[in-house]
Amino acid sequence: MAAPEHARRDRPWVFRTYSGHSSARASNELYRANLAKGQTGLSVAFDLPTQTGYDSDHPLARGEVGKVGVPICHIDDMTALFEALPLEKMNTSMTINANAAWLLALYVATAERTGADPKRLQGTTQNDIVKEYLSRGTYIFPPEASLKLISDIVAYTVDAIPMWNPTNVCSYHLQEAGATPVQEIAYAMATAIAVLDAVRDRGDVSKDAMPRVVGRISFFLNAGIRFVEETCKVRAMAELWDQIARERYGVEDSKLRRFRYGVQVNSLGLTEAQPENNAIRIVLESLGVTLSKKARCRALQLPAWNEALGLPRPWDQQWSLRIQQILAYETDLLEYEDLFDGSPVVERKTRELMEAAREELDRVLAMGGTVAAIENAYMKQRLVESQTARARAIESGDITVVGVNAYTTGERSPLMDGGRSILKVDESAEREQIERLVAFRSRRNRADVEAATRNLEDSLRNGDNVMPASIRAAHAGVTTGEWSDLLRGLYGEYRAPTGVVAREGSDGNQATAQTRERVHRLADALGRPLKILVGKPGLDGHSNGAEQIAVKARDVGMEVVYDGIRLSPGEIAASARDEGVHLVGLSILSGSHCVLVVDVLEKLRDAGLGHLPVVLGGIIPEEDAAKLRKAGVRRVYTPKDFDLTRIMSDIVDVVEEFGSAA
Amino acid sequence: MSWRSSVLPRDLAQRLLDHDRDAVPEALNLADDRRADRREEALELLDALERESPFPGAARIGLTGAPGAGKSTLLDALVRELRPNGDTVAIVAVDPSSRTTGGALLGDRIRVRSGAADPGVFIRSMAARSQLGGLAESAWPAVVILAAAFDRVFVETVGVGQSESDIAALVDTLVYVATPGAGDALQFMKAGVLEHPDVFVVNKADLGAAAARTASELKGTMALGEREAGRAEAPVILTSARDRDGIGELVDALDAHRQQLIDADALRERRLRGRRTLLLDALERRYGAFGIEKLGGRHGILERLREDARVSPFALQDRLGREIEEALRKCR
Repeated sequence: MAAPEHARRDRPWVFRTYSGHSSARASNELYRANLAKGQTGLSVAFDLPTQTGYDSDHPLARGEVGKVGVPICHIDDMTALFEALPLEKMNTSMTINANAAWLLALYVATAERTGADPKRLQGTTQNDIVKEYLSRGTYIFPPEASLKLISDIVAYTVDAIPMWNPTNVCSYHLQEAGATPVQEIAYAMATAIAVLDAVRDRGDVSKDAMPRVVGRISFFLNAGIRFVEETCKVRAMAELWDQIARERYGVEDSKLRRFRYGVQVNSLGLTEAQPENNAIRIVLESLGVTLSKKARCRALQLPAWNEALGLPRPWDQQWSLRIQQILAYETDLLEYEDLFDGSPVVERKTRELMEAAREELDRVLAMGGTVAAIENAYMKQRLVESQTARARAIESGDITVVGVNAYTTGERSPLMDGGRSILKVDESAEREQIERLVAFRSRRNRADVEAATRNLEDSLRNGDNVMPASIRAAHAGVTTGEWSDLLRGLYGEYRAPTGVVAREGSDGNQATAQTRERVHRLADALGRPLKILVGKPGLDGHSNGAEQIAVKARDVGMEVVYDGIRLSPGEIAASARDEGVHLVGLSILSGSHCVLVVDVLEKLRDAGLGHLPVVLGGIIPEEDAAKLRKAGVRRVYTPKDFDLTRIMSDIVDVVEEFGSAA
Repeated sequence: MSWRSSVLPRDLAQRLLDHDRDAVPEALNLADDRRADRREEALELLDALERESPFPGAARIGLTGAPGAGKSTLLDALVRELRPNGDTVAIVAVDPSSRTTGGALLGDRIRVRSGAADPGVFIRSMAARSQLGGLAESAWPAVVILAAAFDRVFVETVGVGQSESDIAALVDTLVYVATPGAGDALQFMKAGVLEHPDVFVVNKADLGAAAARTASELKGTMALGEREAGRAEAPVILTSARDRDGIGELVDALDAHRQQLIDADALRERRLRGRRTLLLDALERRYGAFGIEKLGGRHGILERLREDARVSPFALQDRLGREIEEALRKCR
């Protein structure tokens, strides 16, 4: 039925798709195609080397270039990424954090180079380091230095790019890491407070400008399948933010206290089994952040139905865009005032979440705020615990996941087309990107680069704002790796606590007890306790899987060595040898498994550990799994292996079967 | 799984004494092995090392303190201070294991990326397997093995109660890392823990006043005579592992303490005393006070140790254990 003529419709949120791959040119084509399909904003996905501050030809970048996003090494890459896209009219969201200042500098320099006025740029730099330490893992520098960089961007943009959202406080990744709604609310607020306090205390932002600064803070939320609770969550956040802005920062103008947020709906809950069901999950999750007008998102990006299988193809992303368009343009959602005002049920739930979140927020503030709660691992440990509880509930069936732990039999999905239902990144992308980078380096003006680099170093040593010198460096042809190396030299590199000291909990599960028995019997046969190494090679920082495996292995009686993310294959092999483990388990979600796993196997052989059994977990398409098994990997686990106890029992099989020479 | 070492324990010992790094993991695995035949080989290896290691050999340093005191970060800073001088460093990191499951989460030691693995640094983490006899049982052989192959051996463990005296018996120099402002210094003082450390560190000196206050509390308490008569007052050093302040000073204090022991001809005695303590504790844990009584109690066993001073403590522990078992059998 068509909408009545007179109905006044609200303007819809901004439609985005998180995308980018292979090269700046290929991504530019994708962006233009997406805009032509009715997408209204861009969301740039950078590849892991770019996000962690390495040029494409750095040894650590091997296998990662162009995989989960676009590689941007210098101003020519950035220019190519936005070719023929009018920057003054675009709304560009960039998922960039540790080195957000640098990518924003490249964006501004590109605007200046192409004749656009930086003052009119609109968009968002994600620029939230806290959730990187807690969940996403693309941090580089220690917390205090990172907070300084974030507040530099805030202080710079408030006048120079007034319509820019300098930081997007993310609770999205906290939910992916297991956060409950209460934790999501509390830790997001704590993070925003850490940023605003830092800006307030730096001295170069006037008191009068503070309300505008508060007004520019935006959030990036997750929306899970429990969409009623999610609706209450966003309403609770809107109210809490209003309170904090008024009480802590004295913002009088209610417009500047508005809770502005974008959303990517939940990826954690997307399943590998019966993946077509994910399309329905995505629709329902969208409702949680659109139904309530009062707390409706400003921008929405939806994952694709097949994300648990591998990288989505353009068609898969288009299907998700169509969900948004149907919701905004076909339904009558945008014709009404808030649907929940006056609902006692929603009101009660909202209060309940707010009060619990306020309590948790106060706890974090009392221990010295977000930075303290990262360094003492408080927040990380709480998240690992929540995630463990969730994993146990799925295993026990207390949480129903259709197609995974319930209703698992059914018809074969016609959407599954062998290995062809996902995107394959062109293997030549990395080589070509490196060729372009080498050519760029040789044609830039060496003297300009040196002068701009010196200028950047001097201004950082002076404690100046990082932005002006970075923009100059961008124009001069400094690269992403060079900029990041300079800052690494000044600030040092950080490793966050893994949080894997989670309190012991027994799931009271019979299967767990039986597996523990087997582990103890195997220890007798081995002469010492079964010891395993959980390793995350490469630049991928999504450590939830590795953490859950580590905790579960401990709970079934294994000794587990886990040193956190971003280890090189050489470091993993050395650690396996020195620690005397019986098995190595690798976790990789970035799609770089083929290169990295083969590399680890090679390094193990070099270390005299060719016999050591290796198992792998991650988003591994079956075609690759077969290849890796052939290369010597003993087992490959994918998201459909949700039963961690079974994985543990399987690991015991592997050690029994293949033995261990040490 | 019935894989057997084709290497003779004696050869393995020689390779360790030649600082062959590749022999280290294998030796540690062997020393950890509870199977009877492997145990024989392990004893042979450890005996050979005890006999043939040069004196004074590697510096053995313990690092203890409350969780969150920054021990890992401090160790990292120490490694980075020591490596440029060419000193090789081994670390034994001990974490508690679960009493109910026997499992343990280890690792999380790498605080700052070092890039490529440095062969001059060796880390072995282990669980203080509560069922099998605590920290010392596994760490003691590890320290002997690592001391043969590296210049400095650090033993890092969370300091709670009993482990202080255990770790003190394992090392030449014990460092206690205090958290500023946490009041843990006072807590541990009450528990009598402060009698063991040779050097105190107040880490996170970047916190300023709180660190200075904790340092003066420590000094004050030592002046109150909490320590054994005749023992030198332990230095209190302020460090900031974050800013790498005070790390050189800490290394100097470690070296000075060891040099004092050597000059006073007390290092040999300290190690001997430590071994006796560990041996007695191990026997007592395994056979109980009743078993110990069978050999004349702690005092009687100490007499035996003095008589058999040339026999390595590892072999002795095994021999005494068998004697106790024999005596217990006769009782039945």
